[in-house]
Amino acid sequence: MQEKVEMLCKEIEEKISNITNLKDLTDLKAEYMGKKGIITELQSGIKDAVDKKEYGMQVNTVRTTFNEKYENKLKELQEEELNRKLESEKIDVTLPSKRIRQGSKHPMTRIQEELEDLFVSMGYDVYDGPEIETDENCFQKLNLPIGHPARDAQDTFYLENEYENYLLRSQTSTGQVRVMEANVEKGPIRVVCPGKVYRRDDDATHSHQFMQMEGLVIDENVSMADLKGTLETFCKKLLGEKTDVRFRPSFFPFTEPSVEVDATCFKCGGKGCPLCKQTGWIEVLGAGMVHPDVLKMSGYDPEKYQGFAFGTGLDRFAMFRFGITDIRTIYGNDVRFLNQFTKGDEHNETK
Amino acid sequence: MKLSRKFLSDYVDIPSDVTTKQIAEDMTNVGNEYDSCEKLIPATNLVIGEVVECVDHPDSDHLHVCKVDVGTEVLNIVCGAPNCRKGLKVIVALTGAELPGGEIKKGMIRGVESNGMLCSMAELGLDSKFLSEKDYEGIHELDSDAKVGEDPIKYLGLDDEVIDFELTSNRGDLLSILGMAYEIGAIYGSKVKDIDLTYNASGNIDFNLNIETDNCSLFLAKQVKNVTIKESPDFIKNRLIASGIRPINNVVDISNYVMLELGQPLHFYDNDTLGNTIVVRMASDGEKLTTLDNEERILSKDDIVITDGTKAVGLAGVMGGLSTEIEETTKNILIEAAIFNSIKIRKTAKKILRSEASNRFEKGIDPKRTYMAIERCCNLLKKYADATIVDGMKVIDNTNNTDKEITVSLEKINKVLGTNIEKKEVIDIFERLGFTVKEENNVFTVIVPTRRLDISIKEDLIEEVGRYYGMDKIQGSKLILPLKEGKLDKTRRQIKNKMISMGLNEALSYALIPESEVHKYTLDEFTHINLADPMSEDRKTLRYSLLYSLEQIYKFNKARNFKDTCVFEIGKGFFKENYEYKEELKLAGLMTGKYYLNINNTNVDFYIAKGVVEELLDFLGYNGRYSILPGNVPSELHPGVSASIILQGKEIGIIGKLHPSITKDNVFVFEINLSKLLSNRTSNIKFKEIPKFLGMEKDVAFVVNKNITNKEIVDVIKKSGGKLLTNIEVFDVYTGEKINSDEVSIAYNLKFEDMNKTLTEEEVMTVFNKIISDVENKLGARVRKGE
Repeated sequence: MQEKVEMLCKEIEEKISNITNLKDLTDLKAEYMGKKGIITELQSGIKDAVDKKEYGMQVNTVRTTFNEKYENKLKELQEEELNRKLESEKIDVTLPSKRIRQGSKHPMTRIQEELEDLFVSMGYDVYDGPEIETDENCFQKLNLPIGHPARDAQDTFYLENEYENYLLRSQTSTGQVRVMEANVEKGPIRVVCPGKVYRRDDDATHSHQFMQMEGLVIDENVSMADLKGTLETFCKKLLGEKTDVRFRPSFFPFTEPSVEVDATCFKCGGKGCPLCKQTGWIEVLGAGMVHPDVLKMSGYDPEKYQGFAFGTGLDRFAMFRFGITDIRTIYGNDVRFLNQFTKGDEHNETK
Repeated sequence: MKLSRKFLSDYVDIPSDVTTKQIAEDMTNVGNEYDSCEKLIPATNLVIGEVVECVDHPDSDHLHVCKVDVGTEVLNIVCGAPNCRKGLKVIVALTGAELPGGEIKKGMIRGVESNGMLCSMAELGLDSKFLSEKDYEGIHELDSDAKVGEDPIKYLGLDDEVIDFELTSNRGDLLSILGMAYEIGAIYGSKVKDIDLTYNASGNIDFNLNIETDNCSLFLAKQVKNVTIKESPDFIKNRLIASGIRPINNVVDISNYVMLELGQPLHFYDNDTLGNTIVVRMASDGEKLTTLDNEERILSKDDIVITDGTKAVGLAGVMGGLSTEIEETTKNILIEAAIFNSIKIRKTAKKILRSEASNRFEKGIDPKRTYMAIERCCNLLKKYADATIVDGMKVIDNTNNTDKEITVSLEKINKVLGTNIEKKEVIDIFERLGFTVKEENNVFTVIVPTRRLDISIKEDLIEEVGRYYGMDKIQGSKLILPLKEGKLDKTRRQIKNKMISMGLNEALSYALIPESEVHKYTLDEFTHINLADPMSEDRKTLRYSLLYSLEQIYKFNKARNFKDTCVFEIGKGFFKENYEYKEELKLAGLMTGKYYLNINNTNVDFYIAKGVVEELLDFLGYNGRYSILPGNVPSELHPGVSASIILQGKEIGIIGKLHPSITKDNVFVFEINLSKLLSNRTSNIKFKEIPKFLGMEKDVAFVVNKNITNKEIVDVIKKSGGKLLTNIEVFDVYTGEKINSDEVSIAYNLKFEDMNKTLTEEEVMTVFNKIISDVENKLGARVRKGE
């Protein structure tokens, strides 16, 4: 019996090792382990065995051998089959992806959001007022009474039959008036007002519709030095850390004293170039201390409060930041232009 | 305002080592920006020469070959001017001279050597308005006393430099050389010189003056007799030229000269044609006046006129009348120096003509200058027009010309500027500016001369200190204020980010559109808003819908062969309602061309556009509160491929395909009224318990008539499904051979769930069967059996 078992085990081992596919393996299993299989038959011979225990042990050795070899072979064949399947499923990963077309954020929105975030982080509120305004809010309450010669600088769009009454706001300073008027306690204010403004002007550097941002701080101890510090932060953020800021005295009816604010020319870095007319400086903002009459007209006590205001055109910053030379490109909506602005926000990058 | 260096130096001494460019820069630093700073005659390398020989060119019928003595040598020069002749003193541009027309080079002209050029005034770069016909006909002829070898520009007195300032509107005082002298004198610490105002007068004034309007606060009338009209002396002519004013004759020139000097516009009348009366009044509507430029002007009741008692003889502050003009034959003059209401002048000038005079009246005049101007005229007319000055003057004066007294403390100055300027420096600045200052306990009492019309409150004085201390010397400081949260409404940003993430480009277009387009893309009835004075018909009207603008963007890009346009814009729509101007925030989108990019790309269709809208509305928290339904849509949309966007029973927008009459392409648009949408509040996110028991799914396909919409079927399913039905999804839509041609099959996947237990097949089937029978009964549907 032992001899027979050894023979059988050897035979099983040999047969299984020669098998190359699952079907043959399954057939082999039937041949040995099936109802009439060799091992099944051998097992049934136990009833005639003399030493049943010994016989059983011998048959078990054969069965164990078979199962062990079978399982190993099965694993091996399944692995091979899986590998073949994987091989057949291989794709060209370099073919184009399936995606939706990319959207983009307009350059003006980028600049606006960047500035809003900067000022919000410094505790300023962001206010957005109406684009149709009264002459009163756009001029009179800013110390520009009807007939004031400084109105010349802004060629205003009045609405039909509303001359010197209703207009498209020509400056976001209207926001300054609205915020002061709305502040019932007549207490401190920190606000920026970005938005669209309209003037009769159209060429490579002027568009009849453009964007401005007005800033206003009112408190008991706010000075020109604070204004300068604030605008330094502003200009460094937008134009790069190396930017310097220069104050030149000027005149705006709603501020006294008033200054024009120059920043280091962003094209040449201050060395002098055609853009800055060889001066190394570019005018970027108008600013000053809020005129006491302006405070008074909106109900503030100029003896108690003082403040600063500044205003700037956002289009120029966008033109600089993105290297746009003609302002009309900004409002042209050529998709080939818009598609260049798909990248995410760059708020924390510095130039 | 053009400032001649020579003119300036008549009134204030500037150290000679200060270049004119430096003056321009220093003025800019105190707030008076300059535009340009140039030599009056930019030509270089010029010398006075004498033509010692002039013969005809052998090869030309008009050229001359000249020998010209320039002092150091005798040059051979070919000249084409007809007035070129022997013995003439001429302006010679030597080889290497830079003229506006180019550089002068040695050369051969028709075989004859030429070493320079004989010049006309035109060739030197003098503005054409100062040139006479003579200057164009030939070379400039210098007087015989001109010294050969010297600088001809200096000889002519045109060796001047001019700064052109762009002044701010508050500094009317700088529209005079005297004002400039005070300002520049303050920079360099130089005192302003006195102006000669002396003259002898005789006789007695015989004139009647009357003012019948509040718009003339000061009027001075002075008579001058027996003037001799002739050419002005060179210094007057040259200063006028440098200031950009064309010399005419001594009398007219003096009126302009004094205006430039003192900033007071003057008008000289021919006293004989005027008569002996002036009445100042407002014009009547339709009143006519022929002005000096020979134009008939129709006036209105807003214009101030000077009359001779009956008819208008001058448009006050703007331009004189032709009938009383100074002519070659004029003998007797009436001088007017007045101050008119700046707002009225501004209005009239804007309507009729902006002149040197009106510009000064608009910005304001110091009454003291008005009196000075009369005296200065008399002084000059006596000297340069042999005039007899009549004693006495007619005066009507309602001005207040006392100097202003303003106090300001050192503390306030430093508090506003954020500086530590010392008392001594403040006093020095005020004194340099010509203000009288007293100081006590660090409080300054400043007397500001009337010429500084721009100064009336202490902040104005603080600005003066800042200007002359140097605004740029102020050191930036970090503003420290109490911590507070900056408020920003992020809704608009969120919408933009969402749209961008869904593949749309943000556009930015103009709010002004043609009037003819304003009622397109909407069925709303509204009053649109026009501009009073548009730049063009294309930019006349404020848009109501943004879709016209997006249509233009689509067409613009299509014309550039770019067909995959997916854009959105957020902007205002404007209208008028009950006499009130209204603006609403709108979001519009336009989508066409490729949307899913791949080898097999998918183009935008209605359902992609609808998906964008739904994604956005869900993102904003309106999930389940809106529906997109067939409805009345504007005629710009395809009637069968368009819908209304309804939120809680109210239309908030439209979506659809552009009508084939607009484009044959598949272009889809939508517009949502964000003001309306966002006025509906949304609830905050609140966690709901996740079902603990597995649900069950069932599929069913209904075949219905094509007139039945998916929404109708879903509504029935929802109602019949009750609480157990938790989700409905369409997974197939079929039309074709296997069903009737007027039928459509829509297949649904239904999900059933119960929070408290695992559902049994029976429980689900009961509901499922009810759904089927309800849909069949209510909508005439049948269940499509699997093939």
